[in-house]
Amino acid sequence: MINVLKPGLQTTVQDDGRVGYYETGMPPSGAVDQYSYAVANMLAGNKKGAAVLEITYMGPALEFQEDAVIAITGGVIPPQINEAPVPMWETLEVKKGDVLTFDFVKQGARAYLAAAGGIDVPVIMDSRSTYTLCGIGGFDGRALQEGDVLSIGNMQEKEVKPGTRVTGEYIPEFSANHEIRVIIGLCSYRLTEESKQRFLDIEWTVTPEANRVGYRLKGERLDFVPREQPFGAGSNPSNVVDLGYPIGSIQVPDGIEPIALLNDAVTGGGYAPVATIISTDLNRIGQAKTNEKIKFISVTLEEALEARQQNNRKLAEVKQMMQSS
Amino acid sequence: MTDFTTRYSYGGDEFIFVELSEEMTLEVNFQAMAITKKLREQQMPGILDICPSNASYMVRYNPDVLPAAELIDELKRLESSAQNLDDIVINSRLVDVPVLFEDPWTHDAVMQFRDRHQDPESTDLEYAARINGYESKEAFIEAVTGSPFLVSMIGFVPGLPFCFQIVPREKQIEVPKYVRPRTFTPERCFGFGGGFSVVYPVQGAGGYQMFGISASPVFDKEQKLPDFQDSIVFPRQGDIFRYRGITREEYDDVRADVEAGTFAYHKKDFTFRPDDVLKDPAGFSEMVLGRLYHD
Repeated sequence: MINVLKPGLQTTVQDDGRVGYYETGMPPSGAVDQYSYAVANMLAGNKKGAAVLEITYMGPALEFQEDAVIAITGGVIPPQINEAPVPMWETLEVKKGDVLTFDFVKQGARAYLAAAGGIDVPVIMDSRSTYTLCGIGGFDGRALQEGDVLSIGNMQEKEVKPGTRVTGEYIPEFSANHEIRVIIGLCSYRLTEESKQRFLDIEWTVTPEANRVGYRLKGERLDFVPREQPFGAGSNPSNVVDLGYPIGSIQVPDGIEPIALLNDAVTGGGYAPVATIISTDLNRIGQAKTNEKIKFISVTLEEALEARQQNNRKLAEVKQMMQSS
Repeated sequence: MTDFTTRYSYGGDEFIFVELSEEMTLEVNFQAMAITKKLREQQMPGILDICPSNASYMVRYNPDVLPAAELIDELKRLESSAQNLDDIVINSRLVDVPVLFEDPWTHDAVMQFRDRHQDPESTDLEYAARINGYESKEAFIEAVTGSPFLVSMIGFVPGLPFCFQIVPREKQIEVPKYVRPRTFTPERCFGFGGGFSVVYPVQGAGGYQMFGISASPVFDKEQKLPDFQDSIVFPRQGDIFRYRGITREEYDDVRADVEAGTFAYHKKDFTFRPDDVLKDPAGFSEMVLGRLYHD
C-alpha cells in the first residue's frame, strides 16, 4: 500500500492507453510520454502495460506501507526519499515507512513513477488509465487526493537489481524550446499557402490552457482560403463538417490559437485540423510547460516512421539491458 | 459530391483520414458507414480503431504491422466497392428521445454566455428560428421534432450523437456555432450546430446553439440503466432518433425513472437500406415514425 500524504498538482494513474473505443468518443488516455513511461516500467521489472503514476509539474508526497522497488523517469522533477535526493532513471529500493517527495520541476513537465507490480486499480475497458473529463478509469476516475491509499499489483515479470540504470542517449533531454515534428495534412487545404508556411515559421508559445486534453498555443492569426461554406459545416471559415480528430492533430479555431490534441483528446468536432504530431514527438510535447516555445517541423511519413523505428529500437535496447542486468 | 475527389491523408504515423466530401449529405454518411462496415468485417491485423464520421472517416493503425500504403490501397478498393449502396443493410434502432425545450437550466446557460453569441438580444432558439425562416420558435420546434434524425457520428466526448435530420435538403436546418465556445454546457443539453443536432453527454465546454434538455441520458458510466448494459454510451451510428417535445411534468417523471434506475428508451429494432431513405426522405421519416409509435 502507498499512502498519499500530498497529491501534487495533478497525479493520475496511467498506462499504455485504452484502444478500440475511439468510435464511441472515448479517447485512449494513457501516459502522455509513452517513452518515459515504458522505461519506468522496465526499470521496475514490470510487464508491458503496467500502470504507473503520471506526475505533473509538482510531485506528490507518498508514504510506502510496504517494501517496494520503484523507478522514476520523464521530466526532471527531482525525487527524494526521506528528504535525501535519489536519482531518476534508476531502479530504487524503498522500505516500509519511507516517504517519497519531489523537488521543484527542473526540466520537462511530467515524470513517471513505476512500482514493481504496477499500480493496481480496476481495469475499465481494457485499461487502467484515468480519463478525468468523464471520471473513467484510474483511481476513482480522478487525480489523486490527500488520504488516498494505492495498492501495488502483480504485474512484475522480473526482479531488476536496485541500482540498475539507463544512461546517456536513453535519457531524453527537455529544454524550454521544443521542436515538434508534424505531418501536414488532414484539412490543411483550408489554410492559405502563406499561413501554412507561417504555421511552420512561427515560434508558438504554450498558454496556461495546456493539459492532457490539449495544448493551446499563442502566436499569430492564420488565414483560411475564402470559400462558400459547405452545407452542414457552420459559418466560420475554420469550420468543417464535424469529423474525427486524430491524437496529435492540430486545429486552429477561428484562425487564432492552435490547439494540439493529446491523449485525452476530444475525438471529433468541427474545426479544420491542419497537421498531426508524429507519435514519437507526442512523447515530447507533453513535456512542454506553459510559456515555453514550440516550433513545428514538417516531415514526411517516411521520416516519421524512421523516428518511430529509432524510438522502438531504443526501447528494445533498454529492455535488453534489463534482461542482462 | 458531384466532382469531389476523396482525400486520403496521413494523420501522423498512426492515423489515415479520409474525407469523402466537404459537404454533409445523407448519401455520403451512408457511404462512410458502408466502407467502415466492410473494413471492420475484414478484421485486418494492425487496425486499432475504425471511426466513421459524418462525411469522412478515420482509421488508427499500427504502422509496425500494417504499412500505410497497403492500408490506403485497401481503403480505396473498399471505396469503389461502396459506390453502389445497394448491398448495404443498416441495423438500426428507432428511438424516442424526450426533450424539454426552453428548460430553466439551459436558459440559465444561454443567458450566461450572451456575449459569445451572434445575437445577444435573442435566445438561441429565437435566433435559430429566425435565420431559418420560421415565423415563431414554436414553428421551429415543430420542424425539429416533426422528422427524425439519423445518428451520423459519435464523438467529441463519449456518447455524443451527431444527428442529421432525415428531410429533403431544402428543409434541412442549419445554424452557426457560437462566435466563441462556451466554458459551460449543461449535461444532456439538446444543441444544434452547423447541420447537426446533438445531446451533450456530460457537462462541459461547447459551441452549439442550446435549445433544451434531454430527459434521458446518452452516457451512463455506472451502467445502471438497462439500455447501458453493453456499453457506457447509448447512441450508435445508424440509429434513428426522434426528438419529442415534452412537458415539465413528463420531464420530471422521466428523471425520477432515470434516478431509480428503471428508465428504458422507447425503441424498436429496425433494418433499412440507404436507398429507402435517399429516394424519399419525407416518406421514409413518416414511415419510421409510424413504426416507432404505432406498429
